[in-house]
Formats: sequence, C-alpha cells, structure tokens
Amino acid sequence: MSIATVFEIALAAVVLGLAIWTIAVPDTYSATVGFIAYGLLVALIWVRLDAVDVALTEAAIGGGLGGVVLLGAAARLRDTEAMTTEAPSLIVRLSAAILSASIAAALAVAILLLPDPAPTLAPEVVSNSGATGMANPVTNVLMAFRGMDTMLEKVVLLLAIVGVWSLASDQAWGGRPGLRHQADPNGVLAFLARLLPPAGIVVGIYILWTGADHPGGAFQGGAVLASMWLLVIMAGLADTPPVRSRWLRLILVSGPGLFLVVGLGGLCFGPAFLAYPVAFAKPLILGIEVAMLLTIATTLGLLLAGAPERSAE
Amino acid sequence: MSAVTVFGLCAAAAVGLGLYGLIANPQPLRKIIAFNLLGSGVFLLFGIVGRRGAAAAFGNDPVPQALVITGVVVAFSATALAIALLLRLFQIAGSTTLDGPAPASPPSDPSGG
Amino acid sequence: MSVVRDIITVAGVSAGVFFFFAGTVGLLRFPDTLTRLHALSKADNLGLGFVVLGLLPQTGGLRDGLKLISIWMFVLLAGASVSQLIARTARQSGSGK
Repeated sequence: MSIATVFEIALAAVVLGLAIWTIAVPDTYSATVGFIAYGLLVALIWVRLDAVDVALTEAAIGGGLGGVVLLGAAARLRDTEAMTTEAPSLIVRLSAAILSASIAAALAVAILLLPDPAPTLAPEVVSNSGATGMANPVTNVLMAFRGMDTMLEKVVLLLAIVGVWSLASDQAWGGRPGLRHQADPNGVLAFLARLLPPAGIVVGIYILWTGADHPGGAFQGGAVLASMWLLVIMAGLADTPPVRSRWLRLILVSGPGLFLVVGLGGLCFGPAFLAYPVAFAKPLILGIEVAMLLTIATTLGLLLAGAPERSAE
Repeated sequence: MSAVTVFGLCAAAAVGLGLYGLIANPQPLRKIIAFNLLGSGVFLLFGIVGRRGAAAAFGNDPVPQALVITGVVVAFSATALAIALLLRLFQIAGSTTLDGPAPASPPSDPSGG
Repeated sequence: MSVVRDIITVAGVSAGVFFFFAGTVGLLRFPDTLTRLHALSKADNLGLGFVVLGLLPQTGGLRDGLKLISIWMFVLLAGASVSQLIARTARQSGSGK
C-alpha cells in the first residue's frame, strides 16, 4: 500500500467518524462544529478526486459560509436546548435505521458495481472547448454547455433571498437584516476587518479571473468577497444595508439579468437561447461572470445576514 | 480496493447517516444539519462517478463537477432559508418544536408589541 | 541538485507534521481553553511555516513560491486574531481560568 492510499483511507475514516459524531452527539453546538470540520475534510476528498473547482466551492460555501449560518443559528437557539423535545419512539428510530442502512447499502453496491469504463461526457467537453476560448473545462460546462442550469441557479439564489426577506416582522419590513454588531473599535476584530479586506478583495477577483483557465470562478470568488463584507459587518465597522435600498436590489438582479439578456440575444441574433457568438464568446462570458461575482457576493452575504430585524431609520 | 471506492463507500454511509438523522432527530436545527450531510454524500457520489469516468486527460469528468458546484450553492441557499424560517418560528412562538397542538389564539408578534 | 531540494522538502514537511501532531495532541489533552489555544497556534504558525518552507524548493517559479508564502501569512494573521478573540471570550465568561 502506498503512502497516498494510507492517507486516503485515514481521511475517509475521519470523515466517516465526524459524520457519525454530527448525527449522534446530544449537544447541537457540538454537532454544528462537527459538521463544519466534516465539510472542510470533504473538501480534501474533492482534492483527492481531482476536482479542485468543487473543493474550493465546498470549502468556501459548504464548510465556510454554511458553517457560519449554522453556528449563528445554534448560538441563538442555545436556550431552547433545555426544552425537552420528545424523541421519536423506538419503533420509529429502528425503522429509520433500517431504511437508512438499506439505502446506504444499495448506494455502496452501486458504487462497487459501476460499469467499467463509467459513462462520461468528458470527450464532448474537450471536442467543443475551442468554442469559448477558455481552458478550464468546468467553467466551460458551467457557463456554456450547461449555461441554463447556472442561470436558473442565480434565480434560485434570488428566490431564497426573497423568501428570507419576507420573514421580516411588520416593523422591520424593508429594514436592516440581523442585529447591529458592536465591537471594540480598537480591538483585534476591528483591526482584522481593516487589514484583511483589501487583500481579500484582490484574492476574490483573482479567483474569478484565473477561473477562465485554472480552478476557480465566480462562485468561489464571490464567497471570498462575501466573507470580507461579513467580516466588516461583524466588526461593527459597517452596518447591513436596508433591504429596500434600490442599488442593493439592482446588484442582486444584475447577474441573472445580464445572463438572460445575453441568452435572449443568442435567441434573436443566433441559433438558440444562450448561444454565444463564437467571436465574442470569451468577453461575453467574462462579462456575465463579473456581474455574477457581484450578485453572488451580495446574495451570499445577505443570506447570512438573515431576515430584516430593524427598521431602516 | 482503490481509494476512489473507499471514498464512495464513505459517501454512501454519509447519505445513510444523514437520512437517519433527518428522520430520528427531533430538533429542527439538527434535521437541517442532517439534511446537509445527506446532500454532501450525494454530491460526493457524483464526484466518485466522475472520477471513474475520467477520460480525455481530465482527472475528473467536468460535467458532474459543474453540476455539483451548482448543487452546493443551491443547498447553501436552501439551508439559509430554512434557518431563517426556524429563527422566525422561535421569535414568534418562543420554541422550535414542529409538533404539538397549535396555539389557540394567533400569537402576537413580540417585536410588534 | 534535485536531491538537495528533495532533502529540504522531506525535512521541512516532516518538521511541520511533527508540530501539527504535537498541536493536535495538545488540543485533545490540555485541560482548559487557553492552553489548548496555545497548542493550536503552535501547529498553525510553526507547523504550517515548516510545511511551506519544505514545499518552496518544489515550486515551479517565483510566483508559486510567493503564493505559498502569502497563504502562510494569511493563516498567521487570521489565526493570531481569532485566537485572541477566543481567549478574550473565554476569559470574560470565566471558562478559561
């Protein structure tokens, strides 16, 4: 057995142990911390599977921002832990265990009996990759060959933010999300929130830019930008914007809007919806990605901030 | 057994564990975490199949990778919406249980009064 | 020449792994928050520093090397700040002793 195989088996064992811990531990806060550690190690598995684009997304969004959302909720709901929630009866738990175990077993058998060679669309991606002028195959799939999915996903993000905003109470309608963060203006957090964002913004834009030819892209860069924004908010240096502000809503719709306009352009002047003219494919895709970067960063930040809780005045 | 298969079995187990937690855990926040665990197992299965179908000099099939990236972002937005719903329920009702008798009178909004 | 590079890499990464191991043992075995933080920051700062130092001879050029060093710098900055925040919270809530 090579060192790499030993490392991979150990990694899988630790991930499995963290998954069991996350489900089994009684304390919700510990479960949340376990899930964040699980998400970061799953990102390592993605690296070992040669899917660096997914690893970046999983580390930034799945483990990072998702972990922040869950931790915040766990902290605010900590007092409800004492309220005894009735656990389901033994029969329910037993049948759930049997059901889950059989589904896991069926999936394991499916993995073991995968046809060899497995079906793949990779050759099609390669044969068409010249059309966009970009070398990163994942970006090609995301922005061109499955561009419809990516556009609809932006719409899902918009729907999620509309859903979160509609949970505001009458008084906070259209107001500022979340609680006002107070921090020592000369403290460490404020220091970090002044020092890190300039570098973080450069890193976020670099990840978008390098996504054309190497692992990276609008999602990963957007997550970095969103976390810089949240750092400034948490340090109390800036407040969350009131959700009724017009510029905010303009940024939120700019990504899917530009995508839709380019798509319709393909329908009117080209062969099909979302068909990029070959000569302008790369600049068009980069333009959409820049708009998407802003939209994703703003949406992720606002999703983390939560429902409006204070009136704007 | 190759490392890809080991990761595949790990992913299958994560799906099973997530499903169990989703059904058997009474607290809504724990259900949300379990649902995320389930989703992450499904994404990993995509990655395993993509790794097995690696062709044309790629380490991993780019099509499932792109689908998983889309899926991770959608799963995050669904989680954020679920958490917002849960926090609002806690704010209005003062508890986070999903079962039990509905309150007789519509609860007044604490932040409104 | 490549043998010298490989020796530097093996030595650097091994030293890094040693500090990470020691830090993890400390995290699991030490009794309270402050000493655990002390163990963790040893792993983050010194261990990662050695790993980066070991990997530097393997990089293709100046750009990759600068990227590695800047990753270490970011971890130093974030790690030190977050440790300080956790320590302050622990001290205020009295769990740090």
